[in-house]
Amino acid sequence: MLMLWRLLAAVLVVIVVGFGAFYAWAWNSELPPANLSGASFDPGIIAKGAKLAAIGDCAVCHTKPGGKPYAGGYPLPTPFGTIYGPNITPDAQTGIGLWSEAAFRRAMRSGVDREGNHLYPAFPYDHFTKATDSDISALYAFLMTRDPVPQANRSPALTPPLNWRLFAAGWKLLFLTRGVYQPDPKESPEWNRGAYLVTGLAHCGACHTPRDTLGAETDDHFGGGTAEGWYAPALNANSPAPVPWTADQIYAYLRSGFADQHGFAAGPMQPVVHSLRNVQDSDLRAIATYISSVSGPQNTADAERRTKAALEFARSRDMTALPKPSVRPATTGSAETRQASPGAAIFAGACASCHHSGGTLPISRPVSLGLSTPVNDPDATNLIRIVLGGIHPLPGDRGPIMPGFAGALTDRQIAELVSYVRSQFSGQPAWPDADELVNKLRQSTPPSMEAP
Amino acid sequence: MIVLNVNGNAQQVDADPRTPLLYVLRNDLKLNAAKFGCGLGQCGACTVLVDHEPVFSCLLPISVLEGRYIRTVEGLGNGDKPGAVQRAFIAEQAAQCGYCTAGMMMRAQGLLEHNASPSEAQIRDYMAPNLCRCGTQMRVLRAVQRAAQAMTASLDPMQEASK
Amino acid sequence: MNAPVQLPLTRRLFLATGGAVVVSFALAPRGSLAQEGAAPAAPGTPKLPGSLSGSPMLDSWIAIDGEGRVTVFTGKAELGQGIKTALIQCAAEELDVDPVIITLVTADTERTPNEGYTAGSHSMQDSGTAILNAAAQARGILIGLAATRLNLPANQLQAKSGAVLAQDGRSVSYKDLVTGQDFHRTAQPTSPLKDPRTFTVIGKSMPRIDIPGKMTGAPMYVQDMRPDGMLHARVVRPPNYGAKLTQVDTGAIEKMPGVVKVVRDGSFLAVAAQGEFQAIQALHALSAIAQWEQTNTLPDPATIYQTIRALPSNDTTILNQGVVSNQGAHVLNATYHRPYQLHGSIGPSCALAIYDGGKMTVWTHTQGVYPLRNSLADMLHLPQAQVHCIHVEGSGCYGHNAADDVAADAALIARAIPGRPIRVQWMREDEHGWEPYGPLMISQAAATVDESGKIASWQYDVWSNTHSMRPAGPAGSLLAAQYLAQPFPVPAPQPLPQPEGGGDRNAIPLYQVPNARVVSHFIPGMPLRVSAMRGLGAYHNIFSIESFMDELANAAKADPIEFRLRHLQDPRARDVIVKVRDEFGWDPNAKLPRGHGRGFAFARYKNLAAYCAMALELDVDHETGNVTLGRVVAAVDSGLVVNPDGIRNQIEGAIIQSASWSLYEEVTFDRNGITSRDWSSYPILRFPAMPTRIDVHIIDRPKERFLGTGEAAQGPTSAALANAIFSATDERIRELPLSARRIKAAIGV
Repeated sequence: MLMLWRLLAAVLVVIVVGFGAFYAWAWNSELPPANLSGASFDPGIIAKGAKLAAIGDCAVCHTKPGGKPYAGGYPLPTPFGTIYGPNITPDAQTGIGLWSEAAFRRAMRSGVDREGNHLYPAFPYDHFTKATDSDISALYAFLMTRDPVPQANRSPALTPPLNWRLFAAGWKLLFLTRGVYQPDPKESPEWNRGAYLVTGLAHCGACHTPRDTLGAETDDHFGGGTAEGWYAPALNANSPAPVPWTADQIYAYLRSGFADQHGFAAGPMQPVVHSLRNVQDSDLRAIATYISSVSGPQNTADAERRTKAALEFARSRDMTALPKPSVRPATTGSAETRQASPGAAIFAGACASCHHSGGTLPISRPVSLGLSTPVNDPDATNLIRIVLGGIHPLPGDRGPIMPGFAGALTDRQIAELVSYVRSQFSGQPAWPDADELVNKLRQSTPPSMEAP
Repeated sequence: MIVLNVNGNAQQVDADPRTPLLYVLRNDLKLNAAKFGCGLGQCGACTVLVDHEPVFSCLLPISVLEGRYIRTVEGLGNGDKPGAVQRAFIAEQAAQCGYCTAGMMMRAQGLLEHNASPSEAQIRDYMAPNLCRCGTQMRVLRAVQRAAQAMTASLDPMQEASK
Repeated sequence: MNAPVQLPLTRRLFLATGGAVVVSFALAPRGSLAQEGAAPAAPGTPKLPGSLSGSPMLDSWIAIDGEGRVTVFTGKAELGQGIKTALIQCAAEELDVDPVIITLVTADTERTPNEGYTAGSHSMQDSGTAILNAAAQARGILIGLAATRLNLPANQLQAKSGAVLAQDGRSVSYKDLVTGQDFHRTAQPTSPLKDPRTFTVIGKSMPRIDIPGKMTGAPMYVQDMRPDGMLHARVVRPPNYGAKLTQVDTGAIEKMPGVVKVVRDGSFLAVAAQGEFQAIQALHALSAIAQWEQTNTLPDPATIYQTIRALPSNDTTILNQGVVSNQGAHVLNATYHRPYQLHGSIGPSCALAIYDGGKMTVWTHTQGVYPLRNSLADMLHLPQAQVHCIHVEGSGCYGHNAADDVAADAALIARAIPGRPIRVQWMREDEHGWEPYGPLMISQAAATVDESGKIASWQYDVWSNTHSMRPAGPAGSLLAAQYLAQPFPVPAPQPLPQPEGGGDRNAIPLYQVPNARVVSHFIPGMPLRVSAMRGLGAYHNIFSIESFMDELANAAKADPIEFRLRHLQDPRARDVIVKVRDEFGWDPNAKLPRGHGRGFAFARYKNLAAYCAMALELDVDHETGNVTLGRVVAAVDSGLVVNPDGIRNQIEGAIIQSASWSLYEEVTFDRNGITSRDWSSYPILRFPAMPTRIDVHIIDRPKERFLGTGEAAQGPTSAALANAIFSATDERIRELPLSARRIKAAIGV
């Protein structure tokens, strides 16, 4: 009996000591407020910081829709609840106006704010930790020279106990590996620059890598993830894109939001591409070089063969999407069956005026659906979201306008349409659950993605 | 043969089911208000209401419309008895060439059925899909606000809508 | 009257019965129609007011039948600018009838006077003046007839509400006075016009007669016409300018459901079908199989300004006074650029045509039924009398858009399918890709300011293509005619002479400068299709001059408004400027928050037409360069105001349209062709980007003549924006559009 009590006592001591050690480890001091009045930053450093902020896409998560830049309030949905990006303008009361560079660096590297609180890993410091000191310094210079905006931060809407900051500390203990990016001497300088940016500030894996139940990225780098209710496709060998991504296509996509063998940026990639406008070509090329290496060896005979086959498939499916001019019925039995489906009629009336092929296609037409990633995704989420909400450029920008069909089509009709598109324009098996998915996605349109 | 509910009337239409609603409204049913502006869902000149939602009739095949409630400007009222939105647009003289105006009115009607007292910012955002090249937008905004007041005053916007 | 315009749905002309209508009007000789917006003058007639000089018979303009119904004829067309209502007001006022009894017949080559084009803001000046005077003279005739009938002196009689009244209470209504030929006489050079102080109809914001029909789905547009037997047609346009159709197997298309005929003449290719959707599907199928040979390339867009500037030009000095110099207390020069811009009508162009018994009838929203008729006759090798063009409204055109081209398409297809009404509707991509654009322009300004802060020397050069390639007789201005197997040559472009001007419209500043030289460089070579767009050269010249005035004011450390007043004596100019200054609350010493700016601009359109000044404020977002428009305050002097709300509507609309041009718009192209093919590739201003408010103040001058107003505000808006952006950011942008990207690039990080 005494043994049992001794055992329990020992376990209790271990827990308490363990917790105490953990707490001591997790505790961070408050760093003193900095007085930045009269501070000046080198214009060249500020300009460098601006480009890095564009790569890091800071403005998106730190600006609410219709709000002032960097003043916070953006609702970021996570599996644990909604977190609102804080105000990172140099406002003293509500922003980071009192933060020294050391405090900023600690936040970027270790996910701790000036007062010593742990930041939720929705702020991807597990990526930002890879940035060099001088890049963090440039970012600091950039942020501290923005217009200060007094806007109080919104508390996150997380279900307890997940809102305990200590859980963030625990998460970091398990998953955060601090340390600046180390170049791989076997690779080119351009590849390394790309790797540094992508795994660091650009934090592409934060969306494009699957996460485990604790919300940490798994080892399946770029194996596909989620972002704000959209599927962020795999960028590695499991990419659903019919044509293998080349560095040129990735560069074009990031530069202009359009790649002629893939399509247009949609969903959360739209603001990313918009942000990347301020990034110089050499950095986008570096990113493209690195990402294309992730997708597999470049310029192989196999890649070429697959590209050719995908282009030919897309072309042939375009021609059978609508009835041929002659009165002879289509001879391919399966084409005939597809054309008879209700989804085909919807496609012909609602989609074909933009998505048809042939003839003197005006410049602003989308690429063939046979080349589209959403049509080939493991599930219908992205395609349904695009059909529901459309694609809309920013005011004054040239860019595709696709209206949303949420009001025009019922759930059943959207399910029929996407099923038809899947069968007509891809060689993949049918999506089994399109009906339920439409209804679910219709209810859960993320607030920042509301279409007009 | 397909039966469409247009402005409360059952209409038998003998057209290819893939035909976009716009052409059926204009050519088969001889309704003039909804207009061809682009056929691409970019300008809103073809806007009608389907089950209380503003939609682009140029991109909606009639095959999806059986059993659904379609409304056009002709369903809001007529020359002798215009509806609230029409009265507001006439009072504000919210037109120059008038080509875009029917689409504007249907979109406005849709807005007011969802939100009886929209703010100006809400009206601007909601009307964004509709283009006007003559520059009547300020008058359209005033007309929508005027219609909102009139419909609230009459206490029953649904009654106004079905007049 | 509030009823919708009755559309002539059959070929038979509608002629009023009963007492009156004998319509006579002059066919203007060929060649006199080249003047943009000017009324043609028939030879040998005395100088009569407005368009009466071209059509001097009173019954060309006014008719009263035995039932007392009044018909007024105008050669002008309703474009959405409210001209029908304004002209009815003019006639009602001077004729002393209730406006609701007047039917206005607009532009019809078999019924109305030839007033050239409805363009250049001439409608009130030409047609309004003619109708005002004709109606006054008609009233005088009626009073004369009543004097005879009542055996009383005419000066004891008064016209009122469609009757002539005597002081003793007797009255005779107009319908009892007319006998049929009363107005068949030449107009006099002067008219018994009323004292403006007694106006009861002119000067009132009479609601537009066409709006109720447009708001309730009445058939108001050419797009709404559905005569029996009508076929729907679509034209397959080439992939780029000048492409030749080398091969197309039309047999398969002709078997498609509903297709009646595929029409091919050289590189002109079209299809007609029973149903509209059938025609569209046939269009897509035909486009897919047509094969084209590209015959030319466009210049490199990256260097288009240099390319145009280097083309041969005909140079004309349009102002030369004193001696210009480049010495002074302040010496400035600047170059301004404007890209090609689109009319962008919301409704792509449409026309209906029928060819029957050797006669071609076309219902069209062209701005000029007579010039179009002449060009169609040339294209079809028909006598002009066998071609009848009737104006029916389309969507707003803002100048020479594709209205004439679609009429030509319809005529060609109608000729190939005689006896059937043919409706051609252009697709959005075609309207964007093929309409003639507002031309690219370059200007250079150089000036000196003396010690006292006054401009001492002024030099201004402007380079531009023609601003008018409207059909004017030769068929080659019509797009289809250029692509026939026996194509018509594109006519040589001609400059529009001063004082109206084309590319040099408003190139001469209204400001007083002792030494000034203005040179217009007319460039005939047109790699992109261009023609008249609302305002013509005035948009860019006023953008340049009014931006430059601010730059000079800034150098002289003067307030921009006060600097302009320093150089203007014209009291009407000063009045609109002072009105804006006061209504806006322009404080010269205001300190504006960072990113917030205000700008001012002024111009007198063509230095002949309406005066317009405006001030506006805006915010520039530092991170993106995005402009958020605030309030706009404008003042306009249009002379005698017929319909104040009509003027306000036009000015508001012009401000918004110009804001869209100036902040967003440029036609894009690559070596192979135009890439601005729809609203996604050519965005325009939408609701969320509108200003917070627009206030238009009208200075009414009842004793003055009408001044054209429809194009008065576009130029000032562009410069007011550029000046406000400078005020907000300290960056001077001299290239249109003043896009967010351009602004962000200028303000840097």
